[in-house]
Amino acid sequence: MLVGAVSGFLAVNETGSLLQGVAAGVAAGLAASALHAFFTVTLHANQIISGLGITIAGTGLAALLGRSVVGLPPRASFEDVDVPLLGSIPGVGDILFSHHVLVYVGFVLAPAVWWVLRHTRLGLHVRAVGENPAAADAMGVPVTLYRYGAVLFGGALAGLAGASLSLAESPGWSEGMTAGRGWIALALVIFATWSPLRVLLGAFFFGALDVLAFRAQIIGVDVAPTVLGMIPYVATLVVLVVVTLLGTRRRLGAPEALGVPYVRDG
Amino acid sequence: MDGAPVSAEQPLVALRGIVKEFSGVRANDGVDFELRAGEVHALLGENGAGKTTLMNVLAGLARPDAGTVEIRGDDTAVRSPRAAIDRGIGMVHQHFRLVDRFTVAENVTLGWHAPKALLRRRPLEREIARLSELYRMPVQAGRPVWQLSVGEQQRVEILKNLYRGAQVLILDEPTAVLTPQESLALVDSLRRMAAEGRGIVFISHKLDEVMAVADRITVLRRGRNVATVATSDTTQGELARMMIGHDLPQAAAPDDRQAGAGVLRLDAVEADDDRGLPALRGVDLEVRAGEIVGLAGVAGNGQLALAEVVVGLRPLSGGRVLFEDRDVSGWSIARRIGAGIGYCPEDRLRHGVAPTLSIAENLIAKSYRRRPVSGRLLLDRRGARRAAAELAERFDIRGADLDAPVASLSGGNVQKVLLAREISADPRLLIAAQSTRGLDVHAAEATRRLLLEQRNAGRAVLLISEDLDELVRMSDRIAVIYEGRIMGTFPAHEADEEEIGLLMAGRRP
Amino acid sequence: MTSGVRRSLRATAVQITAVVVGLALGGLSLAAIGVSPYDGISSLLEAAFGSELALTQTALKAVPLALTGLAVAVCMRMRLWNIGAEGQFHAGAIGATWAALAFPTGSTLVLVPLMVVAAMAAGAAWALIAAVPRALWGVNEIITTLLLNYVAILGVAYLVTGPWRSAAGLNFPVTDVFGPGARLPALGGGLLHVGVLFPLVAAAVLLVLLQRSRWGFTVRMIGASPQAARVAGMSTARSVVGIMLIAGALAGVAGMVEVSMSFGRLRQGISPGYGYMAILIAALAGARILGTLAISFLFAGFVVGGFALQALGVPQSFVLLLQGLILFSALAGTALTRRPRMLGRPPGRRGPAHVAKEEPSTP
Repeated sequence: MLVGAVSGFLAVNETGSLLQGVAAGVAAGLAASALHAFFTVTLHANQIISGLGITIAGTGLAALLGRSVVGLPPRASFEDVDVPLLGSIPGVGDILFSHHVLVYVGFVLAPAVWWVLRHTRLGLHVRAVGENPAAADAMGVPVTLYRYGAVLFGGALAGLAGASLSLAESPGWSEGMTAGRGWIALALVIFATWSPLRVLLGAFFFGALDVLAFRAQIIGVDVAPTVLGMIPYVATLVVLVVVTLLGTRRRLGAPEALGVPYVRDG
Repeated sequence: MDGAPVSAEQPLVALRGIVKEFSGVRANDGVDFELRAGEVHALLGENGAGKTTLMNVLAGLARPDAGTVEIRGDDTAVRSPRAAIDRGIGMVHQHFRLVDRFTVAENVTLGWHAPKALLRRRPLEREIARLSELYRMPVQAGRPVWQLSVGEQQRVEILKNLYRGAQVLILDEPTAVLTPQESLALVDSLRRMAAEGRGIVFISHKLDEVMAVADRITVLRRGRNVATVATSDTTQGELARMMIGHDLPQAAAPDDRQAGAGVLRLDAVEADDDRGLPALRGVDLEVRAGEIVGLAGVAGNGQLALAEVVVGLRPLSGGRVLFEDRDVSGWSIARRIGAGIGYCPEDRLRHGVAPTLSIAENLIAKSYRRRPVSGRLLLDRRGARRAAAELAERFDIRGADLDAPVASLSGGNVQKVLLAREISADPRLLIAAQSTRGLDVHAAEATRRLLLEQRNAGRAVLLISEDLDELVRMSDRIAVIYEGRIMGTFPAHEADEEEIGLLMAGRRP
Repeated sequence: MTSGVRRSLRATAVQITAVVVGLALGGLSLAAIGVSPYDGISSLLEAAFGSELALTQTALKAVPLALTGLAVAVCMRMRLWNIGAEGQFHAGAIGATWAALAFPTGSTLVLVPLMVVAAMAAGAAWALIAAVPRALWGVNEIITTLLLNYVAILGVAYLVTGPWRSAAGLNFPVTDVFGPGARLPALGGGLLHVGVLFPLVAAAVLLVLLQRSRWGFTVRMIGASPQAARVAGMSTARSVVGIMLIAGALAGVAGMVEVSMSFGRLRQGISPGYGYMAILIAALAGARILGTLAISFLFAGFVVGGFALQALGVPQSFVLLLQGLILFSALAGTALTRRPRMLGRPPGRRGPAHVAKEEPSTP
């Protein structure tokens, strides 16, 4: 994400084109995740170690690449776009339909991912590879290919998220500008019990808390922003414990083969 | 044989001179195999004879080091399971390759490259219903696999292959998980498939079922062909000789001593399995000193749960476990071990030993709390070593560097490490689960002899096995378990295979 | 024994090669941004290990890294992922600060031990929040420890902006400066203080505990095979809680050392991610105790040397990239040297072991 943010920003600075900025962010995310995929899928390295390595190295790399542009205003950034008609619906319009383009991309992507996973052959195969790669392999699903695909897709999205930060959310680049959002995304997935649709809802909830923490004093809410900031983490913790305790793991749990490298026998 | 067309000109499948090595050991050493359309062809051999390896080569799961695979005259190498499926080869493994959380329909269509990118559940479920009707293999297409019985899961595996038009169906020990009655139904389904011109490979080490199902039989021994014969031209005795290569040593016949006092008593015991479904539904069972009680049953009927509640690995949801007249239901595992309950679990490398720790460390894994292995606070290294060396000597654990990881030992020696550890603790009750599974003939006999010695020394032994012959040979009494209930208990010398078979299937004769 | 020694030698060789390759790759990336790789790397190493002062600073920097590294490594020994050393570090800092603020005039002899104990207790308590659900219900500790990090960091933020905010802090979110009794006694004449001994003592205790004690045997057995350990009557739950408490206490002490010596008060940003670097360190060390000490010293050197790089226009964060590169070199090295069918694969996963059933066993 950080790598995506800085690459996006750099590319815009170089080219002045937002489209290329977004493309660069996505490409950077792809590159980082390709490394992750190579190590975890091909070399069977531990995913936690590799993921953490990517995070730490990515932080360093982003700082290195972005050292000359810290604090510079961008040559271009995304403007908010009111969706015609929808944007003028009183109440809802402002909230849902008056954002920069990338927000809409997020709105559309989450249900799209859900639909693909649930209703297409591609989705069936992705889920099978996550649940029981040996079964998928025996049925001729190319496990390695799908795992690379999934990791790369994730990397591209993270890169996109980074670009949306540096090009739209708070245009510009500073070290550590993602402020741990990649980690909270992890919490979000568990909070949403592995459903892309619930992820979108959860993101609203977490985002709302974020904004509330920021504006608490302005609105006159007498809660320390730091305490509000804890809520997403504590809530996720509770969800995790409850899901485990209820024994509903089979319906709501993580894919069975999460984190397990697949080694074919023989 | 009901007149299935046996074409002599071109076999469906021909494997020639297959060689496959695993870390220096030749699992297949120049094996030939031929399958014709319309036949059920049994692949017979002991564990380790190379049957599964050979079929993994055909199914694209293992690549041969030498030899050719010819499918309908085409000898292009089968590089992947997918390539095998595309060429009409389907395999049902011993351990099913099903995605638990998927429905039957989703499992059936998984990996199938139909022209449509969208999943359309309706037509899929109709097709599954048609196939299951045609071959008399009832399944419910919409249910998730984890809710199905083992027999149903096997049917899903078979349907999966039929759905993608398999002309060759390989079944690896398919009856190991079935009741005799379910096995009969399976054989009937397979005959129907063969009658349509498919070729069926039936891997087994059971003589009687091979005689019942197969048209032809190929016998393998230590990775080589022994013979291929027509079923009508051979006898069980001849097959046994071909399979083993020599006569079996007989276990000591049970003598007529009287069993002593009751050591273990289960009193209306109930327990749940890992999924929270009932695994034991009111089990009553007694094991006395100086007797072996054999627990017979089809895999997955509560045997494992029964062993686990006695050892303390699984909590009770009802009833009591009495050990030497004391209620041990609430005791910790360690306390039960201390009281004299020994356990050789079924999955040796997973539950029995820690594979990466050394032989010595595994040998002392239960005695580490006591002298001479333990000092007051720290372990006594020298004492531990001496204790381990003595055990290795006494139990004849051969070729062992005590500091080498247990995983470097053969299956038979791992079993010895486990038995040595359990027996040296001087238990008054020993539970042995599937103790000879996967061992070669000699290691299996050595294991049986050790268990008989324990009985003769006055210990109570609970023997859990899926091998009926073994149970009848070893036990003093046999108890049959079905769906978590004891269906009947009777002296082993009164055992009647058919009666046991019916009890195993849940029917009281 | 011999095979064990050989394996450990091979692992060490991989680690050393990985450091060299990682440094080389780091040099290349410096070249890519127009800084001479030789100048960059040599000034980094010079500033880290080239003088007595440099070594002293590196040793001091190594304290939090080594303690948190050990906190992660002991858990790895039992197949537990302690991602929460960062949080336990912050909890320890809170505990130590509580002691220091409660007894501002305490003498060193009383206050320092009290701070250490308070930090250990707070760190252990923080670890316990994740350990208990894990031990009782199998709740994934990777996630819980990670989540608790943020709660702990925000907890520090809450305290320094709220109840513990110093009136004399010019409105900055900091606590009062600790009294002189809250500082660790110096060691020798220079900058060194007794804190540098903490990792060494911890390592010695851990070695005896793991290799020689009865409890350590159960930990190793559980680490090698949780199921087999359970069958042998060992209580996994008790060991999980025990090892997590130890880990939390270790990381907590690291937090104490930092607030006592580096800052002299509690404030935000007391850790540049020690708890995460600790995971890389423990992984690189293969969860071995002495290896963890060695690699944390190395990484501490990089952090110290990183400041020197700023003179060349290279941001301090470059060392993060360097650490990542070393890690990936090590991962690649391990994968390359791994024998194809070695049985070191974690057992208990579905798959190969079952399918391999019919292969002949080696006599």
